[in-house]
Formats: sequence, C-alpha cells, structure tokens
Amino acid sequence: MDKLLEIKDLHVSFDTYGGEVKAVRGVNLDVKKGETLAIVGESGSGKSVTSKAVMGLIPNPPGRIKQGEILFNGKDLTKLSDRKMQGVRGKDISMIFQDPMTSLNPTMTVGKQIMEGLIKHQKLSRSEARERTVKLLDLVGIPNPDKRVKQYPHQFSGGMRQRVVIAIALACNPMLLIADEPTTALDVTIQAQILDLMRDLQKQMSTSIILITHDLGVVANLAHRVAVMYGGKIIETGTVDEVFYKPKHPYTWGLLSSMPKLHGKSEELLAIPGSPPDLSNPPKGCPFAPRCPHAMQVCIEHMPDYTELTDTQKSACWLLDERAPKVEPPETIGVGGSK
Amino acid sequence: MVRYIIGRIGYLIVTFFIIAALTFMLMQLLPGSPFNSEKLTNEQIEILKDQYHLNDPIAKQFINYIGGIFKGDLGVSFTYDGRPVTKLISERIGPSAVLGIESTIVGTILGLLLGIIAALRRNTYIDYISMIVAVLGISIPSFVFAGLLQYFVGVKWALLPVAFWEGPLYHVMPVISLAVGVMATIARFMRTEMLEVLGQDYMTTAKAKGLSSVTVVFKHAIRNALIPVITILGPLVIGLVTGTLVIEHIFAVPGLGDQFVDSISKRDYPMIMGTTLLYSALFLIIILVVDLLYGIIDPRIRLASGGKD
Ligand SMILES: Nc1ncnc2c1ncn2[C@@H]1O[C@H](COP(=O)(O)OP(=O)(O)OP(=O)(O)O)[C@@H](O)[C@H]1O
Ligand code: SF4
Ligand SMILES: [Mg+2]
Repeated sequence: MDKLLEIKDLHVSFDTYGGEVKAVRGVNLDVKKGETLAIVGESGSGKSVTSKAVMGLIPNPPGRIKQGEILFNGKDLTKLSDRKMQGVRGKDISMIFQDPMTSLNPTMTVGKQIMEGLIKHQKLSRSEARERTVKLLDLVGIPNPDKRVKQYPHQFSGGMRQRVVIAIALACNPMLLIADEPTTALDVTIQAQILDLMRDLQKQMSTSIILITHDLGVVANLAHRVAVMYGGKIIETGTVDEVFYKPKHPYTWGLLSSMPKLHGKSEELLAIPGSPPDLSNPPKGCPFAPRCPHAMQVCIEHMPDYTELTDTQKSACWLLDERAPKVEPPETIGVGGSK
Repeated sequence: MVRYIIGRIGYLIVTFFIIAALTFMLMQLLPGSPFNSEKLTNEQIEILKDQYHLNDPIAKQFINYIGGIFKGDLGVSFTYDGRPVTKLISERIGPSAVLGIESTIVGTILGLLLGIIAALRRNTYIDYISMIVAVLGISIPSFVFAGLLQYFVGVKWALLPVAFWEGPLYHVMPVISLAVGVMATIARFMRTEMLEVLGQDYMTTAKAKGLSSVTVVFKHAIRNALIPVITILGPLVIGLVTGTLVIEHIFAVPGLGDQFVDSISKRDYPMIMGTTLLYSALFLIIILVVDLLYGIIDPRIRLASGGKD
C-alpha cells in the first residue's frame, strides 16, 4: 500500500511565559491509503498537537513547527503557503473534533456550515451545494435532511451534531480524515452509533483515518494500526494485534492494564501511577523512566532507539536491548497477556 | 414571533402611560411657578393661570392631559406665546435627531473597527493603542471633550466653526464629542467578545474547512461577537441622547436639548412634559428594537419556541 501521509521527525513547541513547551519531540508516523491509524496515549502526550500540525492549525503564536516534514502525497505541508494550505484543509485532509456541542457555529444553519466547504473547494453553485448537502446529511444518517439543512445547531442533539460535523468533514471526499476523540463527549449508546457510522463511511469512501482516542476498545474496533504516544514521542507502534497481544513497551503494558477488559470479566482498573513529564523541561532519557517499574540507569540518561520487532512493530525501550534483563509483561494487561 | 412582538408593543404602551402619569405628578411637585416674573401682578397671574387651566382640579388637568396625548396634543407652551408643544418640538427635533443618528453611526462603526482590529492584533502595540484610546474615551466626559475641541480646533486653530448649525462642517465637532464615548465603550466590548469568539471550537472547525482567514473572521467571528454587543447599544444610545442636552448647549445647536433645558428653568410645564414623553417614547422604542434585533441575529432566541429533535 502507498503511503498517503508521512510525518518525519516532527517537533512542535509552544512559547509560553513558563518557557518553551516541547509538546511534540520527534514524531515519525505514516498512514497508508485506506488505512485507519489510531493514536493513543495519556492526556498531554501530544496527540492533538500532532494532528493539528498535519492540518496546519497550530496556533502561531504561541506554537510553531520547529523541525520535521509532513509529507502528504509526497508534498511537504509544512512548506506550503497559508493560501495553498487552505486549499488542502477541508478538501484533501479534514478533521472531526471532540465536542460537537461547541464545534458548530451557533448562529449559522447546519446547511450553510456544510455548504461553505463545497462552495470553496468544489466551486459548486449555491443550489448544487445545497443538493449535495442534503445528500450528505442523509449519508451520515440524519433523518429528514431537506428539513434539517435549514436548522441551527441548537436544534440538534449531541449525536446528531457530531453527524453534522462528520458531514462537514466528508463534504469534499477527503483522502485523510483526522478524528480527534470523536466520541469522548457523547453518551455510550451514541458513541457506538457514531463509530459504526465512521466504519461504514470508511468502507464506502476508502478514506484514510487518523483516530485519536483514549478508548482502547474503540481502537480494537476500528483501527488497523496503533501508535502509542508518550511525552511528545511515539514509544511503540504496530498493528492492532501486535500492540494488543504482543506489546513490548512498559507504557503500553500500563495502558492495557488500565483499560476495562474487552471480554467481560471486569477487574479493577489499574491506573499508571505517577504523572506525565513536564514538557517545558523534558527528560533527556526515556520520558517514562520516572514511572516505569523496570527503569534502569541507562533509561534516565539516554533515549532508547526503536527496535524493529517485525515489519510493522517498533518499540523504543531499553528492555529490548540484548544486554537488558528479560522482563515479562504483567498478567493484568487487557487481552490475555502476551504469548 | 408576531404574538411576541404584539405583546411587547402592548407593554410598551402601558409603560409609556405610566411614565406620562409619573411625569405629570412630578410636575406638580416641581417648586416654583411659570409666572414668577416680578412684573406681573397677582391678578395677572390669576388670569394667566385660568387661561392655562392651572386652576382646574388636578384630576381634571390630568384627564385633559392624558386625553390630549391620545389625540396627539401635548398642550400649549407657557412661554412661547402659547404655541402648541408638538409644533415647537417638531421645529427643533431635526438637528437633535441628525446629531444623535450621526453620532451613533460614527461611534458604532469606529468602535466596532477598533475592537475587531484590537482583538485580531491582540497583545501588539495596535491593540494597546486601541485600548488606551478606548479607556480615554470612556473616562473623559463628552462635555470636557467638547470644550477641548471647541477651544483648540475651533478657536485656537480655527479649523472648524466654533458653534451653530449651518452645514456639514458644523456637525463635525458635536458629532465627534458625542461619538467618542460610544466608540470607546463599543470598542472595549467588541474586543472582549471577539477574543471570546476567536477562542471557540467552531472557529477551528471553520479554519479546518479551508476557509480563508478573512471569511473565517467575517462570517464566523464577527457575527457571533456582535450579538452581545447589540445589547449594550440600547443603553449607549440612551446615554448619548442625554449627552446631546449638554453638547447642543455647548455648540449652540438649535435642537431639542437646548430647548428642554430652557423650558425647565422657565417651568414651562407642557414643554417639559412633552419633551420628557418624547424622550421616554424614544427610549422605549430603542429598547424594543434592540431586543427584537437580538432575536433576529441570534437564532437560539428566534427559534426558542421550536423544539429539539
Ligand atoms: N496553545 C498551547 N499553548 C501552550 N501549550 C500547549 C498548547 N496546546 C498544547 N499545548 C501543550 O502541548 C502538550 C500536548 O497537548 P495535546 O493537546 O497534544 O495533548 P493530547 O495528547 O491531545 O491530550 P488530550 O488527550 O488531553 O487531548 C500539552 O502539554 C499542552 O500543555
Ligand atoms: S526505556 Fe527504560 S524506563 Fe523507558 S520504558 Fe523502557 S525500561 Fe522503562
Ligand atoms: Mg487532545
């Protein structure tokens, strides 16, 4: 499969009063055509910042892309002018946001909000755009679309609003869709509906998706591959099966242990003790070292390189070095432990 | 919506008559008399009082007065040779209305621009200068400003006519004096609202659609920021009308304000009441219009009766 998106050594920082916050520190990622890549990790690990960098939506100031390339179909997005980037946003790459209650403009009809992108990117006339908008609302499962286009966001429930947000994102058939915690703000039953919708739409439109989530259940359901982020870095990546069944990084173990069991048998949730690193003064070694039960002296001083475990799985941990002691993953990780 | 508007107009009329009644009572309490001149004998005063029905029982005067309002008759002036109050007001209302409208428009437009630019250039020197201008505009009373303008621009540098109301150039200084306060208040308010709106999630959504920054600002930010600003427009315009009383006096504009001040000092009851009623009607209408405007621009209020799904 071809690579649609390739992020190379991305560094993003925010200049704040407290100093430079190094939110993303050398991220490498790629997304293939038609693939769903999940990014998981605790709050503050840099997931949203990474995705905003792809969209060219890092607020500047205070934020800036310090280093790295974001290749989309081979073309470096970080080098595009504002104008060119506007032509990419909403057309080739679009985004679904976390909170549908606040991500729609309250004083504009949902129809107009969907039409804007169509008129801008596909040069449709108003009436063509309106027709297409009705079809889109139908596509995302909103009943009575020809009546609904004229309504305002406050006339929609949360789940319905998220469908509208999805319609906005899909309006111009983007090649890449970034969904930043698209269901976190919704009721559990609605969450399932929205995820089903996303899965169906991906099958129909063969869009690539970057799915950002805290919910590993969602990952197992929707994603092909997973990247685990911690402290502004990707510390492990692999296919869903690899990361869930053969995780190699102690942080991934921790995440899996802290997740409600996928197959019934609810046990206590084991949150990872400690807190994430201070990104205005990031550790020079492994960012997880202060919380890692297996940390060694070398971990504190040097960031481990990636160990390529398979064609698809990579993990950055000193335990994978041949000189390190053998450590077995804990019994508590979600899906039956590693074999 | 129609029912709502009719209801509001009903309230407006009731409020208006309550104000009319209160004004009438206040007139009774006002010390002094219109005919205090030392040249008049007691007999002459009695004759005048009879002539103007001031010796009728209060209740009768009141009924006559309210009845007159229904017919569009505000009585006759005590001082201007018994000419009808409505006539006197209509002769003077022109310059005041022009002054008020021009100041509102100038102040609002400048205020919005200043506020929007300050918000878009937040924490730059443009922002700081705008806000210093705004703070000065709010804290300096319009008459001080008028006096300074008149002295420097009018007298010292002789760039503009010092006073009177004889052509467009004569409007500049009174309009600026009145508009500065409006501009300053709106600028500060608009800046705050813009910053609030610019930080909203739906702005990111708009940008994520690939809209240009100009479209994002105009179609998404400004409209939403304007909604709360409309609510302060009512009180602002009312304050401005009050301001015209003094400003007209300073620049010798032959407007209502000047006449009003004059009629108070002369205890010209019908003139005072007539002008008060006019101002009250104006205020009530402004408040109504602002509320309706708010409903029109904010769909969440407009459609309050329509249910959710
Ligand atoms: N505008 C900003 N100014 C300063 N720091 C910022 C800004 N935006 C993000 N950061 C910093 O970047 C880091 C990563 O934030 P990011 O939003 O990417 O986290 P996340 O992984 O998406 O977390 P969550 O799961 O809570 O959404 C955080 O430490 C945050 O403090
Ligand atoms: S590198 Fe060291 S500290 Fe980091 S996860 Fe591996 S063992 Fe733990
Ligand atoms: Mg986030």
